[in-house]
Amino acid sequence: MNRLKSGEVNLGTSIMAVQFDKGVVIGADSRTTTGSYIANRVTDKLTHVHDRIYCCRSGSAADTQAVADIVHNYLQLYTQIHGAHPPVSSAAGMFQDICYDNKDALSAGIIVAGWDKEVGPSVYNIPLGGGLFRQPWAIGGSGSTYVYGYCDATYQDGWGRDETVEFVKNTLALAMARDGSSGGVIRMCVITEDGVERLFVPGDKLPKFWEGREVLSGPVKKSVEQTAMAIE
Amino acid sequence: MSQQSVFSSPGFDFSNSVRNNFLQEKGLPLPKATSTGTTIVGCLFKDGIILGADTRATEGEIIADKNCEKIHYITESIRCCGAGTAADTEFTTASISSNMELHALSTGRKPRVVTVMTMLKQYLFQYQGHVGAALVLGGVDSTGPHLFTIHPHGSTDKLPYVTMGSGSLAAMAVFESSWKPNMERNDALALVSAAVSAGIFNDLGSGSNVDACIITATQTEMLRNFVKPNERVEKERHYTFRRGTTAWKSENIRDLIINEDITLVGATGDAMDTS
Repeated sequence: MNRLKSGEVNLGTSIMAVQFDKGVVIGADSRTTTGSYIANRVTDKLTHVHDRIYCCRSGSAADTQAVADIVHNYLQLYTQIHGAHPPVSSAAGMFQDICYDNKDALSAGIIVAGWDKEVGPSVYNIPLGGGLFRQPWAIGGSGSTYVYGYCDATYQDGWGRDETVEFVKNTLALAMARDGSSGGVIRMCVITEDGVERLFVPGDKLPKFWEGREVLSGPVKKSVEQTAMAIE
Repeated sequence: MSQQSVFSSPGFDFSNSVRNNFLQEKGLPLPKATSTGTTIVGCLFKDGIILGADTRATEGEIIADKNCEKIHYITESIRCCGAGTAADTEFTTASISSNMELHALSTGRKPRVVTVMTMLKQYLFQYQGHVGAALVLGGVDSTGPHLFTIHPHGSTDKLPYVTMGSGSLAAMAVFESSWKPNMERNDALALVSAAVSAGIFNDLGSGSNVDACIITATQTEMLRNFVKPNERVEKERHYTFRRGTTAWKSENIRDLIINEDITLVGATGDAMDTS
């Protein structure tokens, strides 16, 4: 069901967020399309809404930017009013209120993820209708449909930071390889108590999987080392 | 939006748009708004931003203005190129420019490009894409040079080089092949010129001349009609008629004022009453 109006900019997208012991790793591709033209091939879909709370945006670029700006504003007010950092659940609740109450007019699939002192790391998935789902890992966007199987088969509880980053990177690379609306570079953020670390994987350094080389040429032969002929 | 309801939801009422779409499907032709068709570009270089635009404004298939100005003034160091519906870009940029002047006086600070961007995107989002303004916003402020695109629905992108309008694909091809970071002023100007020219010659919605605007921390230079690659050739003959070609047979002059009576209003005449 394509709810985008004609001419509206679309965050085709593959986004995901995964919880690990000390924090969360969030990731996204970097493609924004208007119809079949790529309006921005280096988009940053990981949006800061608070020091330790980020959201991944998919769907209409205008809708998700507007919603994220509103929640960013609300969270700044929360911090001033309460004198404390907001829990991720509150931020997710704010997103949900806007997405659910305006479900007719919005086309926005958002994943909220972050770290707070009370609960630690958490990931909340808010798909199109405005429901709120807390999950250990969440994927979203048009590219996510291609990687549900890979994620179900690969994810394991109890991973550390590096394994989680590998998982996110591989999943997004697979989604970007199959989904026309996803592509470009991989942007990731690792959010922990100590801070937010931004990671970047350029388009030519994406993890490679099956490339179908056997179809065009013969199987890849291992070259035999030629030792130099001895001449006296 | 498809269901009739007794209760009106908060926000703007777009039911006229629903009516217009219905009428259009029934065969009523929509009045043609003047569109700027357009190729507009922006490019970051060593010292700041260069904006470029073509100068053709179309009304359907006819060219309404052969030399219109698409680079609009926002503040001294911030300019905005506009593509889409000409009236929308003109009035939106003028309105935000006015608000920015008041904002600068209120804050006591030099205006920032992100402020203009936020005002524009929030305004356009409010109108849900019905204000057909696709903008390239660029400028230099206290935090440095910035370049943004703003789409009619209210989404924005921050990039080092951007193109918008019907000629954007032709212009983007030029940028993608030749843009490098930290270009010199002359190289960047040549690149912008080439990009807009690509739009002028390969897109039917763009044409005529190239306008450019160079914005740096110290000054803003507007180069109106920087390149004129479409000058009309001199006509081969004089096509005016000689005086006396048409015979003049009779003359009748009538005064527009037939009868004029002047009556003074007020007993004391025009002096102000002071009591």
